[in-house]
Amino acid sequence: MNEPEKMDLITIYILSRQYHVPAGSTILTALEYAGFKLKKGVGCREGFCGACASLYRLQGDYKLHGGLGCATVVQPEMQIVQLPYTPAPKAIYHLEELEPVPEVFTHLYPELYRCLSCNTCTKICPQDLQVMDYIQAAVRGDLEQAADLSFDCIQCGLCSARCPAEITQFNVALLARRLVGRYLAKKGKYVEDRIKEVEASKFTAGYQELQDLSPEDLKKRYFERELNNLIF
Amino acid sequence: MVRKIKLQAKNREFCRKISELSGEVVMLCEQCGTCAGSCPMSAEMDITPSQMIRLVQLGQEAVLENKTFWVCASCYTCTVRCPRGIDPAKVAEALRQVKLRQAIDYIQIDEISSEEAKKLPSVALVAAFRKMTG
Amino acid sequence: MIQIPYYPGCTLKNKASNFETSALAAARALGLELVELPRWNCCGAVFSLSSDDLMRHIAPTNIFLRVQEMNRDHLVEDEYRLVTFCSMCFNVLRRTNQRLRESLEDRNKINDFSYLETETYQGRVEIVHLLELLRSMGWDKIQERVHKPLTGLKVAPYYGCMLLRPKDVGIDDPERPTIQEELLRSLGAEPVDFPLKLRCCGSYQTVPDKDLVANLAYDILSRAQKAGAEAITTSCPLCAFNLDFRQKEIQEKYPMFLPIPVFYFSQLMAIAFGLPQEVFGLAGHYANPRTLLATKGYLQATSPLEGGEG
Repeated sequence: MNEPEKMDLITIYILSRQYHVPAGSTILTALEYAGFKLKKGVGCREGFCGACASLYRLQGDYKLHGGLGCATVVQPEMQIVQLPYTPAPKAIYHLEELEPVPEVFTHLYPELYRCLSCNTCTKICPQDLQVMDYIQAAVRGDLEQAADLSFDCIQCGLCSARCPAEITQFNVALLARRLVGRYLAKKGKYVEDRIKEVEASKFTAGYQELQDLSPEDLKKRYFERELNNLIF
Repeated sequence: MVRKIKLQAKNREFCRKISELSGEVVMLCEQCGTCAGSCPMSAEMDITPSQMIRLVQLGQEAVLENKTFWVCASCYTCTVRCPRGIDPAKVAEALRQVKLRQAIDYIQIDEISSEEAKKLPSVALVAAFRKMTG
Repeated sequence: MIQIPYYPGCTLKNKASNFETSALAAARALGLELVELPRWNCCGAVFSLSSDDLMRHIAPTNIFLRVQEMNRDHLVEDEYRLVTFCSMCFNVLRRTNQRLRESLEDRNKINDFSYLETETYQGRVEIVHLLELLRSMGWDKIQERVHKPLTGLKVAPYYGCMLLRPKDVGIDDPERPTIQEELLRSLGAEPVDFPLKLRCCGSYQTVPDKDLVANLAYDILSRAQKAGAEAITTSCPLCAFNLDFRQKEIQEKYPMFLPIPVFYFSQLMAIAFGLPQEVFGLAGHYANPRTLLATKGYLQATSPLEGGEG
């Protein structure tokens, strides 16, 4: 019988308490190894949902770092806390009633104009976004740039937690993206055409046929599908 | 109106604090009133800029309850005219900062009407928020 | 074409876009290519006056670094002047630059804080207002470019605060400035002096108290009118808003008040240079400028719908 592999354990601190966890763990798996059962601050576990926002400090480094729990690998002497949720004002609006003009921010998120251009948000962003730049684009009224630069934002909330001007960057960006998508982005003609086809019942018979198949026949059809003919 | 005050250590401390925060030697003020006469906003103020500085010289913390430094438009007219080279605009800013750093804002930004919000140029909003919110 | 880095400021990109359009066109007509910083942030509009505040100096410092980056990326060649039109931006940028140049400690702290930047700022940039640039070119050069002299146009140049104060930052004498008058004369116009040309319009007080601004603006405008002015010029989008758009509140309070158009100085330059009408920027006004300009013969017959709402 082989000797069980000796796990390389490192020391980390969770909520200031010391734990020994396997090297190479992410913050989330380290928390679970340490015995925490995660109900909040965990989601897709693959860097997309923004639920696992975490704050940490590294040995010999005074800076406060922000990272996703699912994507940040723990290091020896790392001090960790999760920030599963940052309270944020969310303006209530109906997109149909808005116009894609800079004044929407004056009306819905006036605190935007408190921005100090200090880059504190940019420093903490786990997605390495140019947060200050997209906020400044919104201040200038450049909705498209604000939407473009904030595209990969997963709304983890760390920027808003750290912002000295108390702006909620991700909600401002969300509004910009929604306005751009609704009013400014090029319309996809193929989408409109497809919708017309669907409404003309072009696909109804095909779907019905699939729904009527037995599970075995469905499986057979699935594996025999011609990948080259996928509708894109 | 004559009011008797007794200067104590806490008054000296307040004067020192404002002098340091503004970077101005307020004790240089000789109360000539030039700033008060030059100030375009003085009609809206409850005490004049020179009275404001006098109260700071005497370390009267009650000056923080006046409206004067909130109505200041930071136009620097007093700055260029003070014969003793004091910058009353900086003193006004220091008084604003004492209040703002206690998280006491002068304007509530969500109280700006949507009609006004649509009209106002961003320079007005940015400037107002910097001067009147903390 | 001389290429110089240019900082617009937020307001020139939306509400005061007519200032930018007319100024860039007028500058180009004089052989000045004002190249916008490819990346920039809001300057903060006001200079923070407390001795201990460094946070609010970061925004302008970022802007100075962008000038350095423009040079590094060869978008301009060895040009560390930064031109701006907006008086508010000018004042913040120049005062912050002065503070940073005077204090190594402040510079170090800000440079250290802004560790995401690729360079540090040591005071290399020089802030220049467009009017200063014009003055340094020589008014005769400006006059040479005039095709449609603004003869008979009585204009009261309004200075406000930020161009002139404090003394060591201003572009002209804080009590007896002449720079706008010199420009107007070179354009063929007739500058009208009036006592309140240096008085503050109320600035940011327009946010909490538009009534106060209406009073101040009424004083300024009616004095200019009494002195014979038909129009006002300014270099500041906030002054323009307070003097132009607040005429609505003035008229409600003072029904005898007659509207008077408020121009950015660059708009009069564009008109006098005979540039295409699109760059005059006449759509961004409240008090209608078109009637006055049409009467004087500076406008071609076009749609009467364009122009102010007032």
